[in-house]
Amino acid sequence: MKLLLILSFGALGAGCVLPLFFQRKPAASYFGAGATLLSAVLGLVPALWVLLGGAPLSIHFSPVFTLFPVSLQLDALSALFLFAIYLVSALSAVYGVGYLKKYGEEKNIGASWFFFNTLVASMALVCLARNAMVFLLSWEAMALSSFFLVAFENEKEESRKASWIYLIASQLGTAFLLPLFLVLAKASGSQDFGNPVPTLSPVLKNVCFFLALIGFGTKAGMMPLHVWLPEAHPAAPSHVSAVMSGVMIKTGIYGLVRILPMLGDPPLHFGFILILLGAGSGVLGVLFALAQHDLKRLLAYHSVENIGIILLGLGVGFIGLSVGSPWLAALGFAGGLMHVVNHALFKGLLFLGAGAVLKATHTREMDHLGGLLKRMPYTAAFFLVGSLAISGLPPFNGFVSEFLIYVGSFQGAALLPARAAIPFVVSLGALALIGGLAAACFAKAFGIVFLGEPRTADGRQAHEQDGWMLMPMAILALLCAAIGLCGPLVIRAVSPAVATLAGPAGNSDLSQTSNLLFFITLCAIALLLLVGTIVVLRKILFSKRKALVSSSVTWDCGYAAPSPRMQYTASSFAQPIIDLFGVFLRTKKNIRLPQKYFPDKASFESETTDVSRESIFTPVFSGISGLLSRFQVLQEGRLHLYVLYIVLILFVLLIWKL
Amino acid sequence: MTSTPLFSILTIALGLVFCPLLPGIISRTKAFFAGRQGPPLLQVYFDLYKLLRKGAVYSRTTTWIFRAGPVVGLAAVLIASTLMPFGGVSGLFTFDGDFLLFAYLLGLMRFFTVIAALDTGSSFEGMGASREVLFSALAEPVLLLALAAVMRETRLYSLSDILPESASISAELILVAAALFAVFLCENARIPFDDPNTHLELTMIHEVMVLDHSGPDFAFITYAASLKLWLLGSLIVGLTVPVADQPVIVNLGLAAGGLLLLSVFTGAVESIMARLRLVRVPQLLVAAGALSLIAFMFAMG
Repeated sequence: MKLLLILSFGALGAGCVLPLFFQRKPAASYFGAGATLLSAVLGLVPALWVLLGGAPLSIHFSPVFTLFPVSLQLDALSALFLFAIYLVSALSAVYGVGYLKKYGEEKNIGASWFFFNTLVASMALVCLARNAMVFLLSWEAMALSSFFLVAFENEKEESRKASWIYLIASQLGTAFLLPLFLVLAKASGSQDFGNPVPTLSPVLKNVCFFLALIGFGTKAGMMPLHVWLPEAHPAAPSHVSAVMSGVMIKTGIYGLVRILPMLGDPPLHFGFILILLGAGSGVLGVLFALAQHDLKRLLAYHSVENIGIILLGLGVGFIGLSVGSPWLAALGFAGGLMHVVNHALFKGLLFLGAGAVLKATHTREMDHLGGLLKRMPYTAAFFLVGSLAISGLPPFNGFVSEFLIYVGSFQGAALLPARAAIPFVVSLGALALIGGLAAACFAKAFGIVFLGEPRTADGRQAHEQDGWMLMPMAILALLCAAIGLCGPLVIRAVSPAVATLAGPAGNSDLSQTSNLLFFITLCAIALLLLVGTIVVLRKILFSKRKALVSSSVTWDCGYAAPSPRMQYTASSFAQPIIDLFGVFLRTKKNIRLPQKYFPDKASFESETTDVSRESIFTPVFSGISGLLSRFQVLQEGRLHLYVLYIVLILFVLLIWKL
Repeated sequence: MTSTPLFSILTIALGLVFCPLLPGIISRTKAFFAGRQGPPLLQVYFDLYKLLRKGAVYSRTTTWIFRAGPVVGLAAVLIASTLMPFGGVSGLFTFDGDFLLFAYLLGLMRFFTVIAALDTGSSFEGMGASREVLFSALAEPVLLLALAAVMRETRLYSLSDILPESASISAELILVAAALFAVFLCENARIPFDDPNTHLELTMIHEVMVLDHSGPDFAFITYAASLKLWLLGSLIVGLTVPVADQPVIVNLGLAAGGLLLLSVFTGAVESIMARLRLVRVPQLLVAAGALSLIAFMFAMG
């Protein structure tokens, strides 16, 4: 098993180097994606082995050329994240072969595969690392490789800007992780991860909690630290967006669940804060998603929303630990961790679908699309599965994980004393609102992009993509359905990972959960059978009267010349919701109403910029640069002044030493 | 509480057979208030019979999504009917958290109705769809918070366990019933949220989404809507009408009476109220959410 794990890294290494020899030739893609696929097959074996109950694997060695020992371990928690990372990366890589074809030989594809495989390897290492140095180095490698991937289309200003925002946000996050690891290492006397550190004072515990929350929250895309997501995800090539949004942001969640238990028994407010942040990220994430016109930006905001749902799960779990209820803890952590995997699957699927649309139509603007279902039937069907899953609708996987968090929240709200029950009410209210709004948002995304009539010429000429791109989507869609239908089995695979967080007591309670999920499976299967039955019934009803079935135009109230541009658009669909929540969204509108009796021209524009970027990040950064610009007087580019500085400083040091 | 599967199946059948009666009762009540004779009580049955025998017209814009809408909607609401207890007889499937599956099955039905509407490419239907998703997104927290209040009281987590235990007159129950009545009216497209009889596409919500459906497809939609009315009605009746230790038939009679009363009450509300302006609807739903929260606080105290 250990050998397989090491070999999988070897394959990734080969995947980094080999494509570099081919530069712009298509062979670079075959070697790059082939290596990712091979490494995933090799790596998934030990990951699944540990998930299904195998003993954790540990690897320790002290390379001579480094100053620190390398210690890696694959336990159930790491295995769960590793599973998602390998699966989504491999499928995205295969998709990438087809997707990168559109660049022909314009771009250095070999380099992009180098960074892709570096990204996969560093994500895997982040999840395996057991000491702070290895963790931080892989963390940085992950940030840098994804920076280069986001900047793939570096001839576009948008991509360059997005990648810089991403890099800066990423480094800011890391800046909070360094002190966190220093504090922990000082308190525990070693930089290894693992057992709780008993010597932390309550103050230090809180400091560590907030450092972890900011550091890992930035990577995860938690509100209000999410600013880089809506920039970086649309700019990156779609298979990279799928990996970044599906699994890379989850390393932030992994960091939280790996580090927070080291702080010892969590006080009640840890869970409460997580729930508040989760509710905020979830609700605001989906609201901002609704306000977007760009399909990939919409998906990026949905990642913020789903990170919110995962945080709600973790919050429920941590409160469960605080109040000493292993059952609650198990429900919360199981829901949260399962949602990590589920979100990786359906968000990966949706980004790949959006990429197919982008490649076929050359636009991400939803209001320019429409009627793609007839032109891209398979992509549309897969996108529909992803939409249903992300909206948390049965019988798909999103429902299963949200169900667990819901049940935990209801139990907490019903059973705990008032002070501890309030966060659970917040959590279930937020989940309900998120559920409804997410369904609204994906009804919009799917309905406007794939249904109706094409709104532009590009949309009319769209055609289905090749098998390289369809196959990975098909597999992800199947997995979404399979997890939705096999809840009781999946919960068994997640339970060892949950046990590392909730303790073995919670694990035994988890078997009750699998009973609940059994009923869900039952109802889901009944639903599918019933749909089948009604379809047959409908066929029989119609078979007798084929002559009576005719086709016509859509009911248009007798209007003589309807055009596709008169269809409801994504902006008009979302408008009532945007207006209702206008306080948070601050959508800017630019309206020119028709004038005179014979109106000629009118226009309407709306743009929803990111509030936290506009009102937190931009002012802070311009404040800092304003402050720093005052120091410009010191640096005026005159050599004799610099020499003077040196002399002055030497002089000061001399006096100080005297 | 009676919980043999045979009884459960029988009560589900009862709902399946009699659900088209409820819209009939509502419209008769409205006719009574207006001093009209009104359509026959069995009008929905007649409509269904007529629609099932007809052909259909499909817009050339539509795809399989348009045809799937009514089918998935009907299947989802039929499965939802196996979760709802009625007159002290528990649902066919009962488990902790079954109300979540119930709510999300109705969500699935709505999602497919909405995308089927968008499939026609009609602006009217897009308008209806857009309103529907907003109102239902606001109604969902009301429903779940109201149930949380009842759960705090009963410490039970499945519809079939909660409903028979809850019926004791208390402040929180009245608040919960009021909140759920708002959800009931909103989800079933009744006044003051939506007017099922309006004649202008621009002002419709639910009706406009199904404007292009015809024949058996429309029969499925009509039937699914009646069943949804029956199920959400059963939820309110189950919470408020007490179930005692008496023969099943008496309990069932009481519940049916409760549904009858609820329908008459709905008809009365529709007769004496005007439909709200669309921008006011969210306020009413938020108010209902506040009622649920207050109920929860009472239950906590």
